[in-house]
Amino acid sequence: MAEKRLMTGNEAVALGAYHAGVTFASAYPGTPSTEILESFSKLEGVYAEWAPNEKVALEAAIGACLGGVRSLAAMKHVGLNVAADPWFTAPYIGVSGGLVLVDADDPEMHSSQNEQDNRYYAKAAKVPMLEPADSQEAYDLIREAYEMSERFDTIVMFRMTTRVCHSRGLVEAREPGMHVPVPYEKDEVKRVMIPGHARLRHPVMVDRLAEMEEFANEFPYQRREMGEGDAVVVTSGVAYQYAREAFPGVSILKLAMTNPLPRKLISEFCEQFKQVYVVEELEPYLEESVAALGLWPRGKESIPRTGELNVDNVRDAFPELAKGNPSRGHGAHVEGLPARPPILCAGCPHRGIMYSLARQKAIIAGDIGCYTLSVLPPLSAHDCQVCMGASITMGHGIEKALEIASGESEEEGFSSHRVVSVLGDSTFFHSGVTGLMEMAYNRGRFTVVILDNRTTAMTGFQDHPGTGTTLQKEPTITVDIEMLARSLGIENVRVVDPYDLEECLAALQEEMNRDAPSVVISRRACVLRDKTLERIPYEVIGEECNECGLCMRIACPALVKRGDEIKILADTCTGCSVCAQVCKREAIMKSRSES
Amino acid sequence: MYGEATRSVVLAGVGGQGTITAANLLANALVAHGYDVKTSEVHGMAQRGGSVISMVRFGESVASPLVPLGEAEALIATELLETLRNLEYLVPGGKVIGSRTRVDPLPVLQGAVEYPADAEQRITELAPDSIIVDAAGIAAECGDARAANTVLLGILSPLLPVPEDEWLAVIDKLVPKKALEANRQAFLAGRELGGE
Ligand code: SF4
Ligand code: SF4
Repeated sequence: MAEKRLMTGNEAVALGAYHAGVTFASAYPGTPSTEILESFSKLEGVYAEWAPNEKVALEAAIGACLGGVRSLAAMKHVGLNVAADPWFTAPYIGVSGGLVLVDADDPEMHSSQNEQDNRYYAKAAKVPMLEPADSQEAYDLIREAYEMSERFDTIVMFRMTTRVCHSRGLVEAREPGMHVPVPYEKDEVKRVMIPGHARLRHPVMVDRLAEMEEFANEFPYQRREMGEGDAVVVTSGVAYQYAREAFPGVSILKLAMTNPLPRKLISEFCEQFKQVYVVEELEPYLEESVAALGLWPRGKESIPRTGELNVDNVRDAFPELAKGNPSRGHGAHVEGLPARPPILCAGCPHRGIMYSLARQKAIIAGDIGCYTLSVLPPLSAHDCQVCMGASITMGHGIEKALEIASGESEEEGFSSHRVVSVLGDSTFFHSGVTGLMEMAYNRGRFTVVILDNRTTAMTGFQDHPGTGTTLQKEPTITVDIEMLARSLGIENVRVVDPYDLEECLAALQEEMNRDAPSVVISRRACVLRDKTLERIPYEVIGEECNECGLCMRIACPALVKRGDEIKILADTCTGCSVCAQVCKREAIMKSRSES
Repeated sequence: MYGEATRSVVLAGVGGQGTITAANLLANALVAHGYDVKTSEVHGMAQRGGSVISMVRFGESVASPLVPLGEAEALIATELLETLRNLEYLVPGGKVIGSRTRVDPLPVLQGAVEYPADAEQRITELAPDSIIVDAAGIAAECGDARAANTVLLGILSPLLPVPEDEWLAVIDKLVPKKALEANRQAFLAGRELGGE
């Protein structure tokens, strides 16, 4: 027997895809999907890349599949919104080598701005969907996904969730398969979706749906677990694990292929029972279909529709099924503890510039990255944020609205000093460039601050087109943000050091008062990656400090107030000097004992 | 019956303290000993200094990767406030293995709320079977303060059926060379404190 290895779901997907003969993979990093590409890229003889965004990643994967190899694109749930355009037409043009989109939903929003249920994307696009329930299934089912893709001539959705992606489980790998690249053949009627061609293709998709449903009825990974009693639970994905544990001995229909749904299988299995239950995370996706079969399921009236499921809330939803595993009490639940939200690291380069920004009377349209954490008090440096890249475009709309509302024409320069958009370097490359074009083209006059920390920090320091290295750490071109901004028609572009508060403040004030669009690049490497820093900690000189608390407003985790005394934790301080610049009494100095 | 024989350990701390690495060591030791194992961990935003929690479950056949409330036989925690916060995962009478470390969360830094000054005392009252040590100090004596988690794993280790040589083999396999000796020592120092 092959050795079993402990793997996360993400690692298992990467290995399974590799063993299915996948040789091309593209992704933009996003929790909880990031490690799929990171582990795939380490495998022998594959091509793997970070794309600037998810739309690009999916399109590149479609191209690779047309080029004849088995290919994969991976993204988090909201990434598929960005990639929705190719997503809906990809099934029209079919595949040459197999093509799978690995989607990672984030119920509970551990690291996301919403908890949309992407299963509806598979249904809306008429794309077959597989949902693994643990690492072993992630490995097994991704291999099935490629067979299905080629068999039914369509892209396949492989839908994971945080607790599948980031749980480890034992995986037994099988003999690796091989995929021989399919020779390229021109087929424009199938692959060029002008209306006349697309009208021919859409009926093919509809017919295919019926075939795929037949297949889903027979698919061996749809598991019928016969138990005792007159109830049955229909479930899929990680929810299966909670149901299995919460309801020992109860019959379960565990679905691995959930689009198209195997209606015949569901009806035939469930009709043997008096009561059907559906246990699923987020939306009543399965429940709606089970109900449409006339099976009168119980589900979302008791199972939470928001947040994650777990054994406890599944058990509480249907206590009548949990008789074999009642709750036995637990350790103390302690009320009233201080919350511990995430916080910018000590010495984070975002701190200085966000502090400077927060002191302007500006509407700050923010974006997605570590810097979003500056929304929390005391920095409170974000007014709005919705999705990747929206800082610039929302800022543009806000500025125009303020002009409309005030009745002033854009020539009068009314509001140019009131709006600032803030986004990181990776986010800028992802979807900020088109926003900057919008601002320049449509005569916006606000200021865009690009926080260039030379990495994609939030997801774990991935490279991007501005870092000069690829996913494999090989040298490549570096996109020059200054030149890019200038080429879009923005004349006022400057670079500041976020560790220099005076420079930041002066630059912001000047640019915000200018009656023209401007870009301020706040450039310094993420402190967790910066190898050039001296890292000599600062200290508070007790005699000089009058405990005014000004320095505490920058919310550095190295600065603590114990009783009346303000102290710097030498182990945590990175010596960025921002607190010393904030202090009006020169009570914070570089520590001498260290040097 | 499913799940009946599943045992659980919860590891809690502050993002950046290395709970994922500790959970991974524990999980691999249990795999080496022949158990079915599942873990769950937190990546992404919370890792920037937020509350983080990793879970390790083992037995004959583990279903849920998440530990139900009241089912952890031990809570390993690298910070006092996080220890208090996660006591509810413990089976009544379960064991706390904690580090006497205080990391002020943002609301405390701001002065909006007080850090519970009596945290350690409350932990020992609420979970009488608890051992709280200066894990970072012990680890520093072993050569690397960052091996604090390994001290705590050492304290846990006599409670589990994995023998010492299997533990050390897993440490050898997973810990980078530079930190290996300190981690071995840290583990053994913890194991002694844990009663073996
Ligand atoms: S990881 Fe880097 S960018 Fe993110 S908060 Fe820490 S220092 Fe700032
Ligand atoms: S110098 Fe001040 S602001 Fe910078 S890391 Fe140290 S305590 Fe924090």
